[in-house]
Amino acid sequence: MSEAPAFFHSNIRPGRIIAWTLLLIGGLIMVSPLAFMFSTSFKTADQVYDLRLVPAAPTLTNYITVLADGRFTRWFFNSTLVAVIVTLSNCFFDSLVGYTLAKFQFRGRYFIFLAILSTLMIPTEMLVIPWYLMSSQLGWLDSYWGIMFPGMMTAFGTFLMKQFFETVPNDFIEAARVDGLNEFQIWWKVALPLVTPALSALAIFTFLGNWTAFFWPLIVTTSKELYTLPVGLSSFAVEQSIQWEMIMTGAAIATLPTLLVFLVLQRYIVRGVMLAGLKG
Amino acid sequence: MAAIEQRGAASDRPGRSFGDRISMRTKRLLWVWGFLALPILFYTVIRFYPTFQAFYLSFTNWDLLRPAKFIGAANYVKLFKDPQFWKVFKNTFTYLIVGTPISLVLAFVIAFFLDRVRLLHGFIRALYFLPYLTTAAAMAWVWRWFYQPPPIGVINDVFGMLGIPQQPFIRSVDQALFSIMVTAIWAGLGFQIIIFMAGLRAIPTTFYEAARIDGLGEWAILRKITLPLLKPTTVFLVVFSSIGFLRIFDQVYNMTTNDPGGPLGSTKPLVLMIYQTAFNSYAMGYAAAQTVVLFTILLVVSLLQLFILRDKK
Repeated sequence: MSEAPAFFHSNIRPGRIIAWTLLLIGGLIMVSPLAFMFSTSFKTADQVYDLRLVPAAPTLTNYITVLADGRFTRWFFNSTLVAVIVTLSNCFFDSLVGYTLAKFQFRGRYFIFLAILSTLMIPTEMLVIPWYLMSSQLGWLDSYWGIMFPGMMTAFGTFLMKQFFETVPNDFIEAARVDGLNEFQIWWKVALPLVTPALSALAIFTFLGNWTAFFWPLIVTTSKELYTLPVGLSSFAVEQSIQWEMIMTGAAIATLPTLLVFLVLQRYIVRGVMLAGLKG
Repeated sequence: MAAIEQRGAASDRPGRSFGDRISMRTKRLLWVWGFLALPILFYTVIRFYPTFQAFYLSFTNWDLLRPAKFIGAANYVKLFKDPQFWKVFKNTFTYLIVGTPISLVLAFVIAFFLDRVRLLHGFIRALYFLPYLTTAAAMAWVWRWFYQPPPIGVINDVFGMLGIPQQPFIRSVDQALFSIMVTAIWAGLGFQIIIFMAGLRAIPTTFYEAARIDGLGEWAILRKITLPLLKPTTVFLVVFSSIGFLRIFDQVYNMTTNDPGGPLGSTKPLVLMIYQTAFNSYAMGYAAAQTVVLFTILLVVSLLQLFILRDKK
């Protein structure tokens, strides 16, 4: 409210108008790759050279061709399955561990916290070779579990949830104990509902991270049926070589879900990124 | 209701309350270790053991076929004598040293002005944020198309209209790395803008009001109030963005599939070298040594940045 006068003042100044216009142009440049991608996915091969964003004769042929052989639907399913399971696992385990570290006094608490936190320093790339060895020995190569197992819990999520569980008043937990709830029920029914903003932030980050993951799925999967969408798209694009309208259609299919989710949940996602970025 | 009955029962028999308290403590500890059992197993088997194994493998000549043989520091000696490694090392640091400042300055300037915009605020913010939600592997192909020579490539077509000479972009030894860097900056900018805006919002307005009363100009306010108070956010983003550039892979891999890391290795970062050594040549021991080097670089760069940026305060 206090900014209302500033709004009127600043609106008159030409500097502000220039700044606003430049911001808008910059924003349009930022989305232009997305705009061209979607536009081209509706064009025929001979229209690709046409720079107009609205296709002269929009067609769904590319989508029909790309989706016809079922590979993309399979990759889409794989990516969704992997991202959903990993996200559920993180929401469950990261918050359970975060809660335990925040709300219980026991020997070794600090040690366990530091041990988990220290794994943040280890880059995935360093673990990939041992994971590959482990997977080949246990027969996890080229399987859903093989794609998922490294990310089932994360130190980032645990740390984020711990920070938020610390803000839950102890009185609530004591009251629940007096009411005869067991420790698991207290976490699940009393503490967890109080940290839903953090939980949704964690869910958004984990889902996005796993949906777009490329490096490990590229290594662990060898059969096309088990590719995730990014890996599948990459192999598809190599195969198409210069058929850019087909490649753009594939890229559009891989990009659309997260963009749609964003349009629906924009406020929560922006808030979630702010929350996680500042606390994490 | 059951809870009330239980309490009533306990107070009826005070003699048992001591024993109850002991068992309560033990019971709670059982819960704690029950909660932690699976996570401890996970972190031990999936994080700590592989870390030590990576260090161990870096001292072996393991190649998937024959059992690993301990060969001392031979992998490291080989790596540091390899001219290709030093080229990759230079590339990786070029991504970091050029990419991080550009993306942070851009993100700050945009966040600074976007924070003051009221008209269409949400819409403009969404324009900047959308690229962050895309899949790097997919967008790398869009950018690859953008960088094609005319008449296919969009950027060269626009250059043609503006009378700017055609550029080879990812086909040139000199431009390819920076072309890929633009893609990476583009992908990460939205996140940095949102974080900067959160940081700007966290600065109490009373600080600004006080500064205006003292007669400070816009520039002085920015230098003496905004930037110092934004320091924690900036430090976080510098470290976060640096780690991102040091680990760049998705964009490079997808934009140079016909000659990964090319042309002539001019875009190859360390992670791509690791990938090729491990999963194209199956020289696992040698690749493990490279991952240890990556780990060391990440650690040193992060600690150095934290140290430098914190001390100046």
